[in-house]
Amino acid sequence: MVDNKASPVLQVKDLAVAYKIRGGEIEAVQDASFVIKRGEAYGIVGESGCGKSTVAWAVLNFLGANGYVKRGQIKFLGQELTQKSKSELRLLRGDQIAMVYQDPMQALNPSMRLGDQMKEVLTIHRGISDAEAEKRCAKMLERVYMPDPVNVMKRYPHQISGGQQQRVVIGMALLNNPALLIMDEPTTALDVTVEAAVLDLIAELRHEYDTAIMYITHNLGVVARVATRVGVMYAGEMVEQGTVEEIFKNPRHPYTQGLMRCVPKLGANKSESILYPIPGRVPPPGNRPAGCMFAPRCDYADNRCQEEHPALRALDNVNVRCHLAEEIDWRQWTPTEDVIAPPAVIAQAAADQPILEAKSLKTYYPVKGSSLKDVLGLGEKRFVKAVEDATFQIKRGKTLGVVGESGCGKSTLVKTIIGLEDSTGGDVKFLGFDITGNLSTRDEQVIKELQMVFQNPDSTMNPTYTVGQQIARPIRRFKTVPNDQVRAEVVNLLETMRLGANYFDRLPRQLSGGEKQRVGIARALASRPDLILCDEPVSALDVSVQAAVLNLLLEIQQKYDTTLVFIAHDLSVVRFFSDEIAVMYLGQIMEIGPAEAIYAPPYHPYTEALLSAVPVPDPTAKQKHIRLQGNVPSAINPPAGCRFHTRCPRRNLLPNGGKICQTEIPPWREPDDEHKIFCHLPTDTLTTFEPVISKEGNG
Amino acid sequence: MEAMQSGLKLAAPPSRLRRMWKNISIIFDSRVGTIGMIMVLFWIVTALVSLFWTPYPPNATDFIQNTPPNIQNLLGTDQLGRDILSRLMQGTQVILLKTRLPWGKAILPGGVAIWGVLGSVTLGAVLGLNAGYRGGWTDQIIMQFLDALIAFPVIVLYLVVIAALGQGDLVVIVAITITGAPGVARLVRSLTLDIKTRDYIRAAETRAETIWYIMFKEILPNARGPLLVDSMLRVGYAIFAIGTLGFLGIGLPPPDPDWGNMVNEARRSIFANPLAVVWPSLAIASLVIGLNLFADGLREELSRYQK
Repeated sequence: MVDNKASPVLQVKDLAVAYKIRGGEIEAVQDASFVIKRGEAYGIVGESGCGKSTVAWAVLNFLGANGYVKRGQIKFLGQELTQKSKSELRLLRGDQIAMVYQDPMQALNPSMRLGDQMKEVLTIHRGISDAEAEKRCAKMLERVYMPDPVNVMKRYPHQISGGQQQRVVIGMALLNNPALLIMDEPTTALDVTVEAAVLDLIAELRHEYDTAIMYITHNLGVVARVATRVGVMYAGEMVEQGTVEEIFKNPRHPYTQGLMRCVPKLGANKSESILYPIPGRVPPPGNRPAGCMFAPRCDYADNRCQEEHPALRALDNVNVRCHLAEEIDWRQWTPTEDVIAPPAVIAQAAADQPILEAKSLKTYYPVKGSSLKDVLGLGEKRFVKAVEDATFQIKRGKTLGVVGESGCGKSTLVKTIIGLEDSTGGDVKFLGFDITGNLSTRDEQVIKELQMVFQNPDSTMNPTYTVGQQIARPIRRFKTVPNDQVRAEVVNLLETMRLGANYFDRLPRQLSGGEKQRVGIARALASRPDLILCDEPVSALDVSVQAAVLNLLLEIQQKYDTTLVFIAHDLSVVRFFSDEIAVMYLGQIMEIGPAEAIYAPPYHPYTEALLSAVPVPDPTAKQKHIRLQGNVPSAINPPAGCRFHTRCPRRNLLPNGGKICQTEIPPWREPDDEHKIFCHLPTDTLTTFEPVISKEGNG
Repeated sequence: MEAMQSGLKLAAPPSRLRRMWKNISIIFDSRVGTIGMIMVLFWIVTALVSLFWTPYPPNATDFIQNTPPNIQNLLGTDQLGRDILSRLMQGTQVILLKTRLPWGKAILPGGVAIWGVLGSVTLGAVLGLNAGYRGGWTDQIIMQFLDALIAFPVIVLYLVVIAALGQGDLVVIVAITITGAPGVARLVRSLTLDIKTRDYIRAAETRAETIWYIMFKEILPNARGPLLVDSMLRVGYAIFAIGTLGFLGIGLPPPDPDWGNMVNEARRSIFANPLAVVWPSLAIASLVIGLNLFADGLREELSRYQK
């Protein structure tokens, strides 16, 4: 090992990685160079298909049977890795180089106890005795804040939660005190509150162990929080590189600037700010332009950019791959004409009539027991209380955002409204019709007015049928237009979605994720519904595509005066997009009100915790540090009294340490006419909470 | 790679014929599949030729009995002095090309093996879709019933069907259908369980489509890849079944030759003329193996292209 603190751990120089495919090869990574020093976290950001993960795999030589390092050097602690044999690399991996991937469930062996898996790392690489290894593992688990480590080691992966699994994986990676830790989207699959805790842990461990970290993510907020230096990748190249403060304060490359413009800042809303998607899409490897990779999507591109490939060069404190970097001032930027900038003011007319009204809506799922009694139907009936006493209303032309961690019942709420699930109790009125029953009990007229947009672009469309056929189906089914005009109507919808008539005969597999999602929206629009329920419509998309889809949704909302229910786990997106917001926890609405009221004090303690967990894409912003302890309790047996009391960080503000929270259901506090908070804390106390983010970024 | 493929495909919408050819031509990427396809094509061509020409009338007893292969009878003659080559060629017809109906001389295009497999795929798909999509009690009842059916040895099922309905081409089709349907139903059910979780099924449900529309228009077309491969294998099994029934003497009725029956008849003089048993056995084996290889190649290539 090297003693010098600032000595480089990993040096990647002019790296190019190619995959052999039928009839040739494609260069997934063309030119990546960077250095990671001890104790440094190097963030690599970029959209999907830019070669971020390929770089990580190249370091470990995990490129599969058809991939290889074509050019360049990868030096780890001074040794060249590209020349090493498989067995030499195997000794390094897991010992001096460790990795953490996105899905902890796939990184852990489901049939081995966690302790045994962890011990393997030590016994294989270091030849440590079993008993000693056991001790060290327990210590490491304690280090990563795992409650009850000795017990956890006896469990199997499925017996602990996703956040805990990722902690085990991180702990396992750190057991041998590796010089380099590679993390590929380690928090993408986790909830914000869990993500925040894991990111804290990573930062802490970096300081303590002085490990070099290579952190790959698509999320600018996460990079701002975790990294010290950042490399931005585009189409297989490193396009900009510098310290995190420098990159966020003064992005030089037009691509980096574009990325910053398409994510909503936390607290930004649709009437004050506009998202600017980057036009076009990342060129696939094998079809990349000759000049600057970004030229076809760049507002500044001139002739030189089309012809001459720019090199990565130093400019002030950063490295940037752009011919025009000196001349571009990103503050002077104005959108070019073909970028949609929807007029931001929402029409206020006729907005008073609520279109949907729910009163103490309940949805329970029966749980099947496995005892003999249960099989015979004699056992006690148990339920997952997925939605409990939801009361809210939505006015015409408005958007209700629903936020909460996974398992909080937001999807069930939407499914109940649309009729895919039966409600268990309560009252829902839509346009004056009762819609408490499921779809089979509803009138065709009601069905047609309620449509849904789904999360996963890959499964939202039937792979068998063309785009045109799928959009036409609801039109024919509900006879929205006469049969001979169906095609024209479909083309019209496609154009509204900015797709064009030539998409009519395409099959889903020929579309990109964003295009599929737009077709999904077009299909939902086809029956001309009054209310569209959007279940995480943009969370599976890249940021620039996400911005474009959000803009389209805003546009159709204005054009057709559509009402939207918008579910998302990204709080900045929900804030940007919604007029009203409901915060859910364990099936219960904890706080509901106008968007601006939710994001400013008075907060519900849970909302406050959520907001302080959101990764903010601004390294200079000061954010309150509130982390929830423990796991979300089971919805089969939710805590009595206030459902949040087991994790509430504000309980002790009440007399007696908040005993009342354990026994009594909290009252609705109404600090404002429309704003309601479900909490025992009196409004006066809630109002004293500080704002979560004290310094707004440069937005 | 995926991005590049889609890039190429976006170039121009190819004509329907080109698209079909492109779909078919993926089989050439697999060597095993290509060999299988050549074997299957060989028998299809043989069957077509036999409609118009065989070296000699297949049922004519014009030759010396049990001769080994020679210039006159390329594969020799059987125990009644019939030309084995002509009979083998003719034997393909009833498997692949025609079904004799019990009414006069009426003939249905499409062989017994083909109709049998179509029957089991149709019945199996309907049962599997209902079991998989509806779930609950429907699923329990359908699957328990099919499991009970699977528990019977196949040959016993054949005998039961034939004992109940008598002999004939249609009866063999029914027998193949009944014995094949449980397997198809299991496959379709498992595919349905996967496909029904997709969002486009939710979209159809929120349009309140009928259950039959969802099952047959939304789910079934997306199960066609695995189903096609399975059908190929099943044609192989069906040919085997026809051979078995023919060998037992309860298969396709005379006078037309049938490979299983040919083996059975030649078995009696196996020491005098062993080749007379070998030829029809080889024919059955090569067609079944050809179909298996073809199906394997198809599965391999389809799974690669579905990504």
